[in-house]
Amino acid sequence: MQKYSVFSLVKNAISNHQNWDLAWKDPTPKKEYDVVIIGGGGHGLATAYYLAKEHNITNVAIIEKGWIGGGNVGRNTTIIRSNYMHDDNALFSEFGMDLWRRMSQDLNYNVMFSPRGIINLAHSDAQMNTYARRGNSMRLNGIDAVLLNREEVKEIIPMADFSENVRFPIFGGLMQPSAGTARHDAVAWGYARQADDMGVDIIQNCEVIGFDVSAGKINGVRTSRGDIKAKKIGLCVAGSTNILAEKLNMTLPIETHLLQACVSEPVKPVLDKVVTFGAGHFYISQSDKGEMVMGGDLDGYNSYAQRGNLPTLQHVLTEGIAMMPFLSKLKMLRTWGGIMDMSMDGSPIIDKTHIEGLYLNCGWCYGGFKATPASGWTFAHTIAQDRVHELNAGYSLNRFNTGHLLDEKGLGTKTWIS
Amino acid sequence: MLHIKCPHCGIRSQNEFSYGGDATIKRPELGKEISDQDWDNFVYNRKSLRGKHWELWQHLSGCRQWIKVQRDTATHEIFKTLKANEEIS
Repeated sequence: MQKYSVFSLVKNAISNHQNWDLAWKDPTPKKEYDVVIIGGGGHGLATAYYLAKEHNITNVAIIEKGWIGGGNVGRNTTIIRSNYMHDDNALFSEFGMDLWRRMSQDLNYNVMFSPRGIINLAHSDAQMNTYARRGNSMRLNGIDAVLLNREEVKEIIPMADFSENVRFPIFGGLMQPSAGTARHDAVAWGYARQADDMGVDIIQNCEVIGFDVSAGKINGVRTSRGDIKAKKIGLCVAGSTNILAEKLNMTLPIETHLLQACVSEPVKPVLDKVVTFGAGHFYISQSDKGEMVMGGDLDGYNSYAQRGNLPTLQHVLTEGIAMMPFLSKLKMLRTWGGIMDMSMDGSPIIDKTHIEGLYLNCGWCYGGFKATPASGWTFAHTIAQDRVHELNAGYSLNRFNTGHLLDEKGLGTKTWIS
Repeated sequence: MLHIKCPHCGIRSQNEFSYGGDATIKRPELGKEISDQDWDNFVYNRKSLRGKHWELWQHLSGCRQWIKVQRDTATHEIFKTLKANEEIS
């Protein structure tokens, strides 16, 4: 594989960039693989990469209905953080933060990881107390957390509304300085390019029609491009998990919901942090191009449409303007939607299933992008070793049955209410 | 925007309603032997169909009644609405 560097850039500039290698191939599916990963999104591509890199399993296929990186890895608001209170979430996410810091070098692909910090704003004394508690939990798990008072927040984000007579005054905030953003498409493409180089077949435009299961074991998958045999199959299709689960006669603790995001026209640099509104659900950052990248609530009803409705967008942006009034002057450039696996406790599932050789990676709710490397790493371990790693032990499928829920936000089974 | 026909009030905009999830889920009957799996299915497990989906909505900013709505989860088209006590046929 051609290594990307300043030298290869100069060399290819001389030939007018006509001689770059393809970043990944377009193979015809083989009859059989050791492992088949269904879903060519960030998590699927990362899983294949870590199967090859960490476990030397390279006879792997990724099958993707559309094109790789066309789902939620290309539709998120690129936020990366590990500001969780519960140990299972915190340790998993912080493991991921380490992978993020090394990712550009590991993948030889600039994922533009920008650890600019995230601030969760607090709007009451009670909220400051819960943030202090969460911050302390984070620090006990080795994650950086700083509790900011009103003046300190004002120093960092003076454009927020600090006037006297607002409905939700800013009392302070909880900052994770090492959190940040990354170029989401580059993450998918970087993983794809390296996985392909190590021998993984990336098979696009290949829809799963059914599964070949007998005597409680998985034998293969039926696709629009023929049957493919495999003793191990990993499901990595957040957003479409319920559709594939139905083909397996499984009913999962997941509802599929729609989440919208939007960007404004580009403006000069104004915001160098990720900021979330504490009195509702709104988050904002500024992209390198200058666009304000914003998101918030789910549309709130089951949906497979990758587009949203205006009432939710209006609601979310009302919160944004309450937090940062200057946003009302900006024009909207684009809005879009993606479909989420909303699990019943707000935490993901990375586990084996009752079918031998079938592995499940789903339920990412809003938090899938930041988890991409850790999810791929632990899912690869789960598939390769046929047992869960301690990092994803808490993300078990049977926790709903046993009552060991990971209810980070305390929303119960109505995670879509938010 | 969705336009939902409340069986009590007529066509109203989505803004007046709040969502209540799958309308076909039935609570395990009282006084019967109920397995953990039955509770699991009632509390957590959902089919979350792509296509026609019966779901509960509450006309929160209107008559405050719970209603049943049959909606396509891929196109958002609404086919039928029923009062809460009417059975899905």
